[in-house]
Amino acid sequence: MNGYAVRPLSRSLETFGAWVLGIVWVLPLVYAFWTAFHPPAYSTDFSLTAPLTVANFVKAWQAAPFARYFVNTVILVTMVLAAQLVLVTLAAYAFARFRFPGRDVAFALVLVQLMVMPDVLIVENYRTMTELGIKDTILSIGLPYMASAFGIFLLRQTFKTVPRELDEAARVEGCSPLQTLWKVYVPLAKPTYIAYALVSISYHWNNFLWPLIITNSVESRPVTVGLQVFSATDQGIDWSIICAATLMTTGPLLVAFLLFQRQFVQSFIRAGIR
Amino acid sequence: MKVFAKAGAWFLGVVLAVVAGLASAQTPVEVPFFYPVAVGGPITKIIDGLAADFEKENPGIKLKPIYSGSYQESIAKALTAVKSGDPPVTSILLSTDMFTLIDEDAIVPFDEVIKTSDDRKWLASFYPAFMENSQTGGKTWGIPFQRSTVVLFYNKDAFKEAGLDPGKPPATWTQMREYAQKLTKRDASGNVTQWGVQIPSSGFPYWLFQGLVIENGTNLMNQAGTQVYYDKPEVVGALQYWLDLVNKYKVHPPGIVEWGTTPKDFFERKVAMMWTTTGNLTNVKNNAKFDFGVAMLPAEKRRGSPTGGGNFYIFKKSTPAQREAAFKFIKWMTTPERAAQWGIDTGYVAVRADAWDTPAMKKYVEGFPAAAVARDQLPFAKAELSTHDNQRVTKALNDGLQAALTGTKSAAQAMKDAQREADRLLRSYK
Amino acid sequence: MTRTREWLYAWLLLLPAATLLALFTHYPAIANLWHSFLSTPKANRPAKFIGLDNYRALVDDPVFWQALTNNLWYALGTIPLSIALALLMALWVNQRLPGRGFLRLAYFTPTVLPMIAVANIWLFFYTPGYGLFDQIAGALGFGHHNWLGSQSTALPALMIVTIWKEAGFFMIFYLAALQSMSPHLAEAAAIEGASRRYFFWRVTFPLLMPTTLFVLVNAVINAFRLVDHIVVMTRGGPDNATALLLYYIFEIGFRFWDSSYAAALTMVLLVLLGAVALFQFFFLERRTHYQ
Repeated sequence: MNGYAVRPLSRSLETFGAWVLGIVWVLPLVYAFWTAFHPPAYSTDFSLTAPLTVANFVKAWQAAPFARYFVNTVILVTMVLAAQLVLVTLAAYAFARFRFPGRDVAFALVLVQLMVMPDVLIVENYRTMTELGIKDTILSIGLPYMASAFGIFLLRQTFKTVPRELDEAARVEGCSPLQTLWKVYVPLAKPTYIAYALVSISYHWNNFLWPLIITNSVESRPVTVGLQVFSATDQGIDWSIICAATLMTTGPLLVAFLLFQRQFVQSFIRAGIR
Repeated sequence: MKVFAKAGAWFLGVVLAVVAGLASAQTPVEVPFFYPVAVGGPITKIIDGLAADFEKENPGIKLKPIYSGSYQESIAKALTAVKSGDPPVTSILLSTDMFTLIDEDAIVPFDEVIKTSDDRKWLASFYPAFMENSQTGGKTWGIPFQRSTVVLFYNKDAFKEAGLDPGKPPATWTQMREYAQKLTKRDASGNVTQWGVQIPSSGFPYWLFQGLVIENGTNLMNQAGTQVYYDKPEVVGALQYWLDLVNKYKVHPPGIVEWGTTPKDFFERKVAMMWTTTGNLTNVKNNAKFDFGVAMLPAEKRRGSPTGGGNFYIFKKSTPAQREAAFKFIKWMTTPERAAQWGIDTGYVAVRADAWDTPAMKKYVEGFPAAAVARDQLPFAKAELSTHDNQRVTKALNDGLQAALTGTKSAAQAMKDAQREADRLLRSYK
Repeated sequence: MTRTREWLYAWLLLLPAATLLALFTHYPAIANLWHSFLSTPKANRPAKFIGLDNYRALVDDPVFWQALTNNLWYALGTIPLSIALALLMALWVNQRLPGRGFLRLAYFTPTVLPMIAVANIWLFFYTPGYGLFDQIAGALGFGHHNWLGSQSTALPALMIVTIWKEAGFFMIFYLAALQSMSPHLAEAAAIEGASRRYFFWRVTFPLLMPTTLFVLVNAVINAFRLVDHIVVMTRGGPDNATALLLYYIFEIGFRFWDSSYAAALTMVLLVLLGAVALFQFFFLERRTHYQ
């Protein structure tokens, strides 16, 4: 609606509304910063003279193996994303550019996962992991999510927009279907990949219930579960330490989003997710 | 052919026997040990240190401490390990998990390893209140290790302000109510700025409620874990007292009081008296910016509190040698000196009377008399609510309590409904 | 390429994804149905076929019914609001408002922070007496309120956390859609003298329909999927006032270890989600043109 000359009054009203909402939205993060850098006594008292400290970070770091949790999460997120990118690309390519019997049925079966996500099948997937003997491993957290219907759907749409002529030209040059995929389709779908990676990373970085169920040792627990284990002690809540731990564990993700947010929106636009 | 096969089998058998014999002679007995971390602080370091000391004294035994998270996670981890056939040899789990573990056929009673008269003397040294949750059907299934009770913390400064004697915490229900009335402060518009007393009711309200029930002269269940008494008049009466604090006298915050924020409420002077675990002693000592006191829970018909916390268990799927080794470790961990040190380090109640006579503990109590309150309360303490199908039977009570506290049901109605649900769940265990 | 080779090729491409999907989506959905007809195995009592007993228990289980109604209210409360807010946010940060960069970031922060961590922070906001909301209410002369500790406000309080968490994420999708819309449309409409409101309802909103559908489906799924904050903030209390279906499944399955009953509960959730899928497919899909 760039073409409109908006009346000044409604313009300032909107600005006001947008800012109120923005401040409310960022409040938990502001609180986390405030509390993490002040002594515990100031976690509920916002006087501007409160002394600054990093003691909470030191305490949190010593109280739980966050370094290990952090490594676990990074491994998990990388592993899931890498597997997703490969599996999703291959499957989307088959659906977008091949004609074969059972394609529509197969595609419908894939779409089932859009609704029946692994998150609700916790009871059965727990049983399966037990039978496979891989419970309490990082692999078991990621495995149910690796074939992503959302990714297949998204990429199939993108691949379908690739002009047939490009495909045929590559074939004429003697490319095999896999080479065509790699040389023609994948480069053209870059924005989709970025947008998808963004969604996937933030999803798995923050996922909680399934990892809580399937892991029970420091060696496999991601940060979310580590945070919960750490904050649920008998003695009640110590917000200063929890906030320090939260900032430590989400810091890198936060910074990455800060730096790349413009590119992310751009890739969403170009990926045609809308 | 048959002869060869037989000879082969015989040979193989001999080899296996020799190998096994060598293995048992050389490799130490392995004892995997689940340990839940339920309190803050460097607990894992203390446990690792203790394990190393034990191994030094007993070179034939190799302990493997595994930190299994909260109590909830630890029981989950232990149960799934049992189901997949790879349980630990010993573990510390909630004393209330006893019936669950028995029903899953996961543990063995200690009667199988207790043989000498010294062992029997050792077993008799624990506080009887802690043993109530460790024995059923004439057998001992758990050994108390890190145990707690409910106590009352109060703000001495607030007592002085209200004209109360800070040296005299409330001793009866009536006193607690009267003190709370004096301690409740309201601002000009009638909003409460400081509540008189609060009893947390989120998560596991049954535990604190049980204090009221015992004080009112009864308990919530039988020792066989097959019957609960949620709708007994004394139980309903205990709930009514709690509700009256909230609704009639308005000295207790309305609605559900969060367990996790209760210590903070106390530090912030939003409440003058709080009920919480003895495990909070160190926390309060470090964070309260005012002079505070610790007291036994007040009495109605009698004093009383439930016990809480964790016991040692020995799992069934273990070799006799492993059981022996685990038993040795458990005895080693519960000597008076170590029980005392553990209490000092963590804030849990030392589990046997003679631990309180050790020099270290005497010195600690001298410097911090509040630590002895839990001990003095132990003669009045009773077993924590624990039955077959424990989690569900407990949930029935929790739901009922929360319904009453949020005003959707009367005390009698809430307890009647909880009783009906619990009866249904326990039907098959009678 | 011959036809059979093409078939084979396609199926080989599909194979890895199909295997995992079959193993962790289709098989568990079917196995779940089967297990819901069995009893939960205990130490000395192996699982046996009990037919519809689990479902009978479910019909008689007041907590199940409460979790179901809670979940429906929860969906009804969170979906429209988070979508409306997401759209509003996108419209705002798509204009040249002062501080647009900050606003975009602010709206997006909840997406990056794990629910499990922010739930603890929200717990502070809601704490009676000295929590942030009560401090503000106190400064304005209002009394204290125990938001999470009362039956009537606990679920709405959790809904607010959900909306806060979701709106910024959905905003990104709307923003992408808005940015790819031709600015000439608005210019032309302005010249024609159409009001801004008219233009939004007649042009922008219909053009955003595919996005709305996409976001709607995600919001519906999240209404049944997202229970992390319940684990931290209320554990389903007070008296099950905030028990949602998936949380109840989690409690039954992994706190009470009654896997068969949890399977029966899961079937209800699957049927619900299936119904949503069908509704989307037959009703919404026809009214919007998906690109």
